Amino acid sequence: MNLIVERERGPLQELEARIVALRERGSAALADVEVLEEKYRQLLGDLFGNLTPWERVHMARHPKRPIADDYIAAFDQVDELHGDRHFRDDRALVGGFAKVRGRRVMYIAQQKGRDTKENIRRNFGMVSPEGYRKAKRLMELATRLGLPIVTLVDTSGADPGIASEERAQAEAIASCLVALSKATVPVVATVIGEGGSGGALAIALADAVIMAENAVYSVASPEGCAAILWGDAARAPEAAEHLKLTSADLLGFGIVDRIVKEPLGGAHRDASGFVETVLDTIDDELRKLEDEPPHVLREKRYAKFRRIGAWQRTVPLVATAIT
Amino acid sequence: MPMPDWLSRLRDKDVAAEDAALWVKCPSCGEMLYRKDLEANLSVCTKCNYHFRMHAYDRINSLVDGDFVEIGTEILPGDPLDWTDKRPYVQKLEADREKSHLSEAVVTGFATLDGFPVALGVMDFSFRGGTMGTVVGERITNLLEEARRRKLPCIIFTASGGARMEEGMLALMQMAKTTQAVERFMAGGNLYVTVLTDPTTGGVSASFAFQADVILAEARASVGFAGRRVIEQTLRQKLPDNFQTAEFLLEKGHVDMVVARPAIRATLVRILDYAVDRKRIAPVLKAVPEFALQ
Repeated sequence: MNLIVERERGPLQELEARIVALRERGSAALADVEVLEEKYRQLLGDLFGNLTPWERVHMARHPKRPIADDYIAAFDQVDELHGDRHFRDDRALVGGFAKVRGRRVMYIAQQKGRDTKENIRRNFGMVSPEGYRKAKRLMELATRLGLPIVTLVDTSGADPGIASEERAQAEAIASCLVALSKATVPVVATVIGEGGSGGALAIALADAVIMAENAVYSVASPEGCAAILWGDAARAPEAAEHLKLTSADLLGFGIVDRIVKEPLGGAHRDASGFVETVLDTIDDELRKLEDEPPHVLREKRYAKFRRIGAWQRTVPLVATAIT
Repeated sequence: MPMPDWLSRLRDKDVAAEDAALWVKCPSCGEMLYRKDLEANLSVCTKCNYHFRMHAYDRINSLVDGDFVEIGTEILPGDPLDWTDKRPYVQKLEADREKSHLSEAVVTGFATLDGFPVALGVMDFSFRGGTMGTVVGERITNLLEEARRRKLPCIIFTASGGARMEEGMLALMQMAKTTQAVERFMAGGNLYVTVLTDPTTGGVSASFAFQADVILAEARASVGFAGRRVIEQTLRQKLPDNFQTAEFLLEKGHVDMVVARPAIRATLVRILDYAVDRKRIAPVLKAVPEFALQ
């Protein structure tokens, strides 16, 4: 059960219903509506104003949270391109030509579903090798045509199935990273929900990494991390505390460049408004990058990831010469 | 006089400890192997060919002509997330340093193989499961940049459980960093070879391991993206025995060759011999000050 959905029930829902009922009374009840609305804002603040990392994981997985589809629907114009040209069209990763804020771009997005049926078709947003190979194809095409690459990250991780292993999931992810390393066009990645491990990074080796305030981005899902370290996925809340996966943490590490603030209570409380704000932010980042010469873009991208780390440099130990 | 119980127990313990130092049981066929024989055979079971995991320095020793100049030893781990679970991360690192006699999960440097100068990186599973934290990422990147500058071929032996949890996203970002470094190195026109050893998974397999021009897999090594346990738990079904083995990967077309450990050195030398003109080695050697020192 989603923690946030659970918390939205009870008093908050009751208050919502009371406000709706009171509004129907017309102008006579206006003053009372205002009082209740103020109470509502306060309650929202109490419930969601100070989320723990684990609660943010649930916010990122909220069933009503805007998903890639909602962003793509807000583009000026879209023509989706399909398939990896080898095996199949992966529905967990979509992409193609688009115009966003009047600008021609190549978009690549991880696509979860809204309901069970859609989620099965989309494999819950877990991308298979074919999806990454489609992404790679589109990245290379964008580079040739000089189109900026706009990616939307929302996956719990790359698909871990037998078929994906048989078709070289690791190589497919690596090939996306290579394609982005080589891209001579601006790359802007936005983590809109879950950024799960290498499967997310595969489309996020970008000049600018934007993150929604309540999105999470981590080395492994909290469940995966707890299973790996302690053999117990149920300790995920504890792992979430450790992993430093929130937007504020990652901005501090220089892994994320910019955070888009969400409405109190989460992006889904004003989904269309939030989507527009994200698109404005992407547009702003693209504008900053558009005049950079291609080789400068690549140099800066190399340098950006080159410096990420936390090693210490000490006096060299005595070099071990083996004879 | 019969030996007192406590003394006989003590003696048994001593004998057991002594035996453990002398003999190793093969986990595959159960044969008791004389440790020195096993070491002489590059830690491959003399009876059933089971490949034991190999220490990075033993591996280097088994490959190089006699010289190995290590670089990157000044790059050491920090504790960026201030991580503590059962034990603090810094304590885990300290324990692994003692256990493995390594400063981190990869050893990098320069060496010659049958006269061919190369940049060589060897990962070791005995340090934090070979996981890639920021030191592994930095040392690998450093090695590739130095190899590129010196126009040397680069050979990396991988062994890794994936990204290191205790360094969080900083660990994940090493995938981006090393991939870029490999891409830049390869664009410089030099040969990049990886040898996938047991086990190679997660963030390492999805970055510099599978980017190589020539990919060798050590016989019987387990290689993949998601670990076997993760897949079994997700799918709730038992996987076939050969799943994710080197031999499986060869059949599926993911690697160029599967090579038994004793043949790896000769195989690498043959590949270098195709890729590098021996006549051009002398000026390269001259240009690399590390070799001049030897």
